[in-house]
Amino acid sequence: MKKKTTNWFFSISAAIIFLLTACIISLVSGSAGIPVSKIISIFLEGKGTAEYSILFDIRLPRIILGFAIGGGLSLAGVILQGMFRNPLVEPYTLGISGGAALGVSLCIILKLNQFLPNVALPLSGFFGSCLVVLAVFFLHTQKRVFTVEGLLLTGVMVSFISSSLVMLILSISRTEELHSIVFWIMGSLAEPSWAFIITVFVVSLLCLLLSYFFSLHMNALSLGEEEAIHLGINTERMKKQLLLIASLLTGISVSVAGLIGFVGLIVPHFVRILVGYDHRALIIISFFCGAGFLIFCDTIARTIISPIELPVGVITGILGGSIFVYILSRKSFFKAGDRS
Amino acid sequence: MIRIDHLTCGYGSKIVLDNITLEIHKGEFVGIIGPNGSGKTTIMRAITRLIKPITGTIYLEGINVSSLDYKELAQKIAVVSQNFPVMAMSVREFVLLGRIPYYNKFQFLESEKDLAIAENAMVMTDMIKLEDSYMSEMSSGEVQLAFIARAITQEPSLLLLDEPTAHLDITHQVGVLDLIKRLNRQYGLTVLIVLHDLNLASEYCDRLVLMNQGQIENTGRPEEVLTYGNIEKVYNTVVVVEKNPISGKPFVLVVSEEVKRKCER
Repeated sequence: MKKKTTNWFFSISAAIIFLLTACIISLVSGSAGIPVSKIISIFLEGKGTAEYSILFDIRLPRIILGFAIGGGLSLAGVILQGMFRNPLVEPYTLGISGGAALGVSLCIILKLNQFLPNVALPLSGFFGSCLVVLAVFFLHTQKRVFTVEGLLLTGVMVSFISSSLVMLILSISRTEELHSIVFWIMGSLAEPSWAFIITVFVVSLLCLLLSYFFSLHMNALSLGEEEAIHLGINTERMKKQLLLIASLLTGISVSVAGLIGFVGLIVPHFVRILVGYDHRALIIISFFCGAGFLIFCDTIARTIISPIELPVGVITGILGGSIFVYILSRKSFFKAGDRS
Repeated sequence: MIRIDHLTCGYGSKIVLDNITLEIHKGEFVGIIGPNGSGKTTIMRAITRLIKPITGTIYLEGINVSSLDYKELAQKIAVVSQNFPVMAMSVREFVLLGRIPYYNKFQFLESEKDLAIAENAMVMTDMIKLEDSYMSEMSSGEVQLAFIARAITQEPSLLLLDEPTAHLDITHQVGVLDLIKRLNRQYGLTVLIVLHDLNLASEYCDRLVLMNQGQIENTGRPEEVLTYGNIEKVYNTVVVVEKNPISGKPFVLVVSEEVKRKCER
């Protein structure tokens, strides 16, 4: 037992080191090269210098946002994969992203963003995702039994419907609108205001704290629903609460940063291969790894062909996917992965 | 211990148990037998509140089970069910899951007491030598023992088992049932067990409940229930009932169609 807690300690420390490394790399890289050694002296000199504002007004907000969204999305992934006992489920499977995309497309095509610049897009995205979650939820509480399979199917279908509606909107919209919708869909951490950054940050950390209270119950749920009930868990209530947490995380991330795919699918999967099924470690480590991964991908996205910035969703997909395929193809890891 | 009072329940509109009344006393070892689909497993599921009764009540130590929450129920009743999840966890971790009903809201790590109870359960079931092996890498006999160890870790007063000997060879069948008997005799654990094998049921149970089409056909000591007439009526099969020369309990032999035809000639 001592061994287990020490293992967790080392894994969590490793995840934090990974996260900090990603933060520092992100802080020092960019078109204006600032070496690591100078960061502290720039900070001490205080406001006023151009380097200070590059570091703390441009790069730091992105890092905080990347932390909150990367962590939040992979936490939502851990929760949903644990709940559905299906490693292919991700935060976007339940149609939350589709709803947000629909909300944003409507907002752009109805030109609402001209009345309320900055605020309109995130808000409509959030309303869109809320609407979808409520629809999925409502369709399910109608029935007496809250089965996960049914929930999954409803989510996938709602997701299809909303993405078809987005296609419909795309097909009838004009070029400049098309461009802004497509760019939003690809996802980016650029230019949200501090208010949004802090909201996402707080929500993300609160959800991490909340979901930790479910970690033991999620361990039991991984044996199956009946087994979990036999171990004294009110699975109906727990599933609803977990679904709400995951939806809130996904909805708020998507509405601020657009569709950043893959983090919520790959990071939990990857962490599960490395540290095992136990949610008491899995939740924390996935959060930190997801945060570090997204910050790292964002750094690449804004530096690789600068001054042009790539959509970060493209980088997460290419990088995450290839790392994962490489790991799966290595035999020793595959055996460990089999167990998960 | 547990009293089932005029219970009717089922799945959706299909009624599986029809007006069942059954009482199980503290310290008893009761076996439920009956053909497939006669409602054996459904009784178990009703007791653990997996399905809600349509009419009737189940009392656990005098308390209506539907007024207990799942956690309280799990502290009193442990279940060894038929479903075998293949899990990537070690035996020790799996057995420790049995302590979940006892954790308080702000507890995330097992206490020394939890560890000692789990350790003791693994010693009793002889799983301690396998504590670091993975559940997914063990034979079905070992998995069954791990399930029983987890059930013991729950410190229940009632143990429900749903065909714990299915798919096991006779060594493991006897091993598992001897273990359950020991728990029953030494620790006073009340046992309710569903068994398909009539001979095992006859050897191990103090009392048998014979189910037929959602109703209790007969209940009593094995020699009272396992008679030629009862079995032929419920199972619709020709059998021979003899007495085990050592234990004096009845045992049931089947007769194949070919042999039956030979006899008729």
